[in-house]
Amino acid sequence: MDNPTLLSRIRARFPQAVRSSTEFRGALSIDLHADAYADLVTWLRDEPTLRYDFLENICGVDYLGRTPRFEVVAHLVSMQHLHRVCLKVGLPEHNPTIASLTPLFATANYQERETYDLLGIIFTGHPSLTRILMPDDWIGHPQRKDHPLGDEEVAFTFNQEQIYARKPFARE
Amino acid sequence: MGIEEKAGNLGVVTTSLEYVVNWGRTNAMWPLLFGLACCAIEMMGAQSANYDLSRFGMEINRASPRQADLMIVAGRVSRKMAPVVRRLYDQMSDPKWVVAMGDCAACGGVFNNYAIVQGVDEVVPVDVYVAGCPPRPEALIDGIMMLHEKVMREKISGVKERPITISQPLLQVEVAKKHG
Ligand code: SF4
Repeated sequence: MDNPTLLSRIRARFPQAVRSSTEFRGALSIDLHADAYADLVTWLRDEPTLRYDFLENICGVDYLGRTPRFEVVAHLVSMQHLHRVCLKVGLPEHNPTIASLTPLFATANYQERETYDLLGIIFTGHPSLTRILMPDDWIGHPQRKDHPLGDEEVAFTFNQEQIYARKPFARE
Repeated sequence: MGIEEKAGNLGVVTTSLEYVVNWGRTNAMWPLLFGLACCAIEMMGAQSANYDLSRFGMEINRASPRQADLMIVAGRVSRKMAPVVRRLYDQMSDPKWVVAMGDCAACGGVFNNYAIVQGVDEVVPVDVYVAGCPPRPEALIDGIMMLHEKVMREKISGVKERPITISQPLLQVEVAKKHG
């Protein structure tokens, strides 16, 4: 299996799915439309001449200021052909929703929960989309680029009294 | 401690008793067995043969908070871990002390971000802060010695010493003034 063959086969099977594709140092990455994503991954996994049956990882990216703002990236490997493909799906800021891969690959479960927890991307069809890293009562999604970076003002000699005055010190 | 309620103001008896009780407390101060991050490695180093914390009666880390007197918060405390640390502290029996080991435990250190508690003193009351990233075992032992001195000054009524506030001049400032 090589990159042009795979790309042409995907184009032949799903003519509407591919938005664009790039190749960098022999690695193929395909930009997809969100609605074709789950069908395409199912087909890649089950088609006997392809067998992309190993989901290497699935994660999210926040491109603040770009449209679409979010992106979900999945790497699939075919053990039979020793070939890897990277699938990217752009998601709009107002509705970052995408189909879950957990019914297809059990390994997607925790990784999609992490993506949901840190970036707020909703995976429809996920069995239990809850927070995995942050505390359950956390508000917001901290890996978003517009999430504030620092947590507390740095105390110097000139402002330490004000900062310590409002710091919630523990009692015994 | 029952003894603190029973012993009234008996002058020399109270003072001597105070000394004996505090001596006992300092010389068998057992730390709680837990470490949170990289600082814990130095804490283990402090207890190993080279630095030998057992010289000061602290050779056993107790794995149960019921048997521990000293909580060495070695490492950064994440917001998810903070309730657990507080719960461990609440489970320790009185009298109990806390050492914040390392910059992360003392003030958040380099991790000024959403995930890390900015100083464990937001969660548990700290007696001694040990600076450094990570503090060397000598520094930790020095901090513990400082805590021992503090415990030796404790009154039998169980009232802890008030913390040094920042409005009081630091020791170094005084020394610098004296020596010009
Ligand atoms: S103070 Fe330094 S060594 Fe200690 S926990 Fe923080 S980063 Fe690690």
